[in-house]
Parts: sequence; C-alpha cells; structure tokens
Amino acid sequence: MLTPATHVLMSQTPSSPDPLPAPSSKGPDLAFKWVAAFAAGMIVLLIVLVGWQLYAGSRMAISQFGPSFLWSSQWDPVQDKYGALPFIFGTLVSSLLALLIAVPLGVATAVFLTELAPIKLRQPIVMAIEMLAAVPSVIFGLWGIFVLIPWLRDYLFVWLKHYFGFLPLFQGPIYGVSMLAAGIVVAIMILPIITSISREILRSVPNLQREAAYALGATRWEVLKIAVLNYARRGLFGAAVLGLGRALGETMAVTMVIGNRPQISASLFAPGYTLASVIANEFTEATSDLYLNSLFELGLVLMGVAILVNIAAQIMLKSMTGSGPIKVN
Amino acid sequence: MLSHKSTRLALLTALAVACASVSSAQMLINGAGATFPQQIYTKWFDEYQKIDGSVRFNYQGIGSGGGQKQILAETVDFGASDGPMSDENLAKAPRTLWHIPTVAGAVVVSYNLEGNPQVNLDGPTLAAIFLGTISKWNDPAIASQNPGVKLPASDIIVVHRSDGSGTSFIFTDYLSNVSPEWKQKVGKGTSVSWPVGLGGKGNAGVAGQVKQTPGAIGYVELAYAHQNKLPFATMKNAAGIYMSATIDSVTAALASATIPEDFRFSMVNSPGTTAYPICGATWLLVYAEQKDHAKGEKLVQFLKWAYSDGEKYAAGLDYAPLPDSVVKRALERVQTIKY
Repeated sequence: MLTPATHVLMSQTPSSPDPLPAPSSKGPDLAFKWVAAFAAGMIVLLIVLVGWQLYAGSRMAISQFGPSFLWSSQWDPVQDKYGALPFIFGTLVSSLLALLIAVPLGVATAVFLTELAPIKLRQPIVMAIEMLAAVPSVIFGLWGIFVLIPWLRDYLFVWLKHYFGFLPLFQGPIYGVSMLAAGIVVAIMILPIITSISREILRSVPNLQREAAYALGATRWEVLKIAVLNYARRGLFGAAVLGLGRALGETMAVTMVIGNRPQISASLFAPGYTLASVIANEFTEATSDLYLNSLFELGLVLMGVAILVNIAAQIMLKSMTGSGPIKVN
Repeated sequence: MLSHKSTRLALLTALAVACASVSSAQMLINGAGATFPQQIYTKWFDEYQKIDGSVRFNYQGIGSGGGQKQILAETVDFGASDGPMSDENLAKAPRTLWHIPTVAGAVVVSYNLEGNPQVNLDGPTLAAIFLGTISKWNDPAIASQNPGVKLPASDIIVVHRSDGSGTSFIFTDYLSNVSPEWKQKVGKGTSVSWPVGLGGKGNAGVAGQVKQTPGAIGYVELAYAHQNKLPFATMKNAAGIYMSATIDSVTAALASATIPEDFRFSMVNSPGTTAYPICGATWLLVYAEQKDHAKGEKLVQFLKWAYSDGEKYAAGLDYAPLPDSVVKRALERVQTIKY
C-alpha cells in the first residue's frame, strides 16, 4: 500500500529512531487505520440509527396504512387519515426544477471562472459565490416572499403564460407562490455548491488535454466541448447529484414560497408541498399518536427518496464510463 | 424582540446569581408548550423574578403538541397548550391533570382590498369563503352585509396557516361552530385539510401573502394585526351585532362563555352582546398532585401571583385578561393543588 517514499518519510519520524523500516513502525500505522475505520463506521452507524429511529417512530402509521401511505393523496389531521403522495411529488418536482435551472448556470459559471475570465476577476467572483452559500435559508425565503414572488407574479409568469400557455405546465391561475417559485429559490441556494465543485473539477482537467486539442486545430469552443467538458462530465454529474441532495432536504425557504398545498398539479404555477416542509410545519402541534407517526413516516419516505435518487445517480454514473471518446479512471 | 428579551433575561439571571451568592442554589421550574402565550409568560416570569428571586422559571415554546407530550411524560413541571387536550390524550396522564386558563386571544380576518374599506362579515359567509363556495368579492352574500362598500369582481384568494397552530385551532373551531357544512367536511384542529387556498408559515407568512396578493383574505392573531397595522373585518357575533376585535370584546366573550368544571371550554361565538366571536383561551397543564413538595409550593405561589397581579400585564401585550368571574374559579382550582 505504502509507496517507498512514505516509508522513508515515516521511518524518519522521531517515534521510530531506527533508520530502517522496523516492524514496530506498524503500530501507529495500524492505530491510524483503525481510527479512520472507526470514523467511517460511525457515519454508517449514524445513518442506520436515524433510519431505525424513523422506523420506530412511524410503526403505528405503517401498520395502519401499509404501503398505501405512499400513493394516498389525503392528508387530513382531523380525520386522522394520511398519505404521502403529494409531498413526494412536490419534493421531486421542486428539486428537479432547481437542478434544471442551477446546473447549466453553475457549470457555465465554473467554465467562465476556469477557462475564460481574466485572472483578476476570478477571485472576487469566487468570493461572491461563497458568500451566497453563507446566506441562511430563511433570508432566501423572505427575499422570495417580498421580492421574487411579486416580480414572478406580475412579469415572468404572465409572460410565460402568454407565450407558452398552450403547455399544461404554464396554465391555471397565477398566485405567485408556486412550485416554480420554489424551484427558482432552491436553484439559487444550490448554485454555490454546484459552481464550487464544478470549478474544482474543471481545474483538475490536465492542461495537456487542452494543449492537445489546440494542437489539433480546435477552436476555443471545441477545446471546451471536447477536451474539457467531456473529460470532466462524470465529475460535473457528481456536482449535480450533490446539489440535488441539498435540494431534496431544503425546508425553510421552500415552505415560505411553495404555497404549502398538498396537491398534484401539472401546472408549475400551482402551489405544492414538500416532505421536509410539512414535517417542519406540523410537527410542533401534532397531538394524536397516529398524526405524529405519520409525520415520522414522511421522514422515512424522505430518506428513502434520497437513497433511491442516489442509487439512480450511481447507476447513471456507471453507464457514463467508457461510453465517451475519452476514458476517465 | 425575542433575542432582546432573552438577553434581558440572561442579564437578569446573571445579576440574580451575583446577588444571591449568600442564598442557596436557585430552584428551576421547567415548562414547555404553546408559542402563542410565550410573550406573556416570559413577561410574568421576568416580573415574578423580582418578587421571588429564589425560583427561576424556564419556558420553552415548543408548540402545544410538545407541551402536552412533555407534561404527560413528566419531563417538565408544567405544560402549556392553546387547545384543550383531547379525552384520548388526557386519559394517558398518570394522575389527574388540570387545565388552568391564563389569558385569551382573538383571531382576526385580514384582507387586501383596494382602498382598505372596513368589511363586515358573518360566520356563514366566512365559512363559505374558506370552503370555496363563495369565490368572488362582489358575491351578494358579502355585498348585502357591506352597503356602500365598493367590492371588486375579482377572485378571493384564501390564505391559511401552513404550520400547526393554536390560531388555526381557534379559527376552525369558530367555523365549525357557525357552519354545519364546515364541521362535517373539514372540522377543527391545529392543522386541517383546507378545501381551498394557499398556506403561509406563521402569522408573518399569512400576513405577508395577504399583503402581497390583491384580493387575498387570511386570518392572523389580533396582536400581530395590531402591531403590523393590518386591516381586519368586523365580525357578526351570536347576538347579531358586528363587533371589532379588541381586548374588551374578547374579555366580554370569555365572560359570557359557558365554562365547564374541568375548564376545557371553547369560547367561540359566545352569546354576549359585546363579544367578539373568534377567540380562544390558552391553558397551563398542571398535575393536581405535585411530586416535588418544594417545586409544587413555588408553582402554586406563582400561579396565585399570576391571577392577582400578572393579569394586568396582559392587555399591554395584546392578550385579553380573564374576567373576574373566571379568575375566581381558576384561583379556587389552583388552591386545591396538593404538594
């Protein structure tokens, strides 16, 4: 495992005065290995425990509703009848909308920062993006309510309805708060992580790639397309998956702009509701046992959705290997 | 405001600790529950600290559901709830658990209409709006109650609370009381399955959406509407008179409400001629027999103080104090707490 260089380095540490690699130097090595394994194991254990706790908390709802919990659309705390479908729909649609908006923007920003921008401009822009990541989500929510939504309602949505109203996506009454508003706010929130990771990945593309492409007479755009983006596409896909993970769990800003209505509608102008939002909204005042259990089960469903999305992403990532002209790792 | 308050509390505590270096360790009484009365409770604990420095109250506004759960599990010394506990939950209590009303509050119906006219509404109309059966502002049912008011032909956009809350409980309790159709289709609760409308988070979320959306209607706490200068409707009460929500009209509603022996009452649509119809009380949940003698004694002393001196702080914070008749009955109940 160890390269000869590290062996030499380690044998020179004060803990092992012997200049030759002695068996005793394996002690700290082994200890480190176990510490690292323990840390990794704890993370796995944590996820298992969270899953177990969510299951334990929702057992009553699971036995009461069975799998129909997943496809029932009713959510009525007064009648004690619960179903998760509108929330699953809202979570997936708002997250996918956010990705559709944030990935092109994020990757384009990263390309600009690594390939095109003057060196002097790069650092200020990077800092601005990192500042965006530090804004608390409730601030995005408030901005959404008071700035974004009035603008969407009076301009963008009216424009979309006028020109694309023939699509079911842009029909129905315009309230402002909507699935699309949530998608836009979440897109802004996941933009920093997608941009930062994409930038790191593009920076790690060897210059040899670019030089080779230029040498073949490629234009700047062709270099970018063939030598850089194609080479980095697996990494960029990974950046999108990380962004998606954040989008799925986003709670506060979403609940402030999505309209909080558990319904499934084809229109992006219609209000919706997400798994994380309904848990945050209703948990504090839930008094009946079945109600609390159902909220816990929503948590379990959210965890399941996140795991399934990640597995799907892994499968897509695998299928990407070797299909392109340049093979990466 | 909250952080200001907690800093003050922290400062006060630090001061009390510094001064009390001679006295023995301070007793800590823990409570948790409803967020609606948190302001008045914090004020009470602040003031009471000045009278009795040997005890400190710690109240966490974790919501009525949490308050009921924690007092049932006896992890706190008292609980607090905006709605009375259900029979089912009360049966889980290990010993007799009492509801003790502290203050009342009103829920007002705010709207966004051009020119901010004063709108009159009665219960059945309000229920029909929230059921979606009345969907235009110039509907005859609304227009007939508001002669001389120019009502637009636009859609009514309903806004309700998305988070579970005592405010929603009071509001849906009222709608269930005045509309059999609401009672049968929706019912009352801290969260319900709303037939129409958009959900806003908290009073701020609802008020924000009403303010932003022309033609919107929503409900918020009276205190919130006052502090933010929102217009709100005058409501027709059970005696047939249109009343505006004020501290006095809420106390009048309490005075004319029927209050059973266990204090689990609803005061919506109460019969008094000067009563505002959409209001409700909030309760402390206290065991009839206290396990810890010293804590029980301090708790009872505090409650007696709250009814004699504490109620006067209510109106300043936009809560309605209890009328004398109810205070008398509540005090009698407090005096029977064993410790």
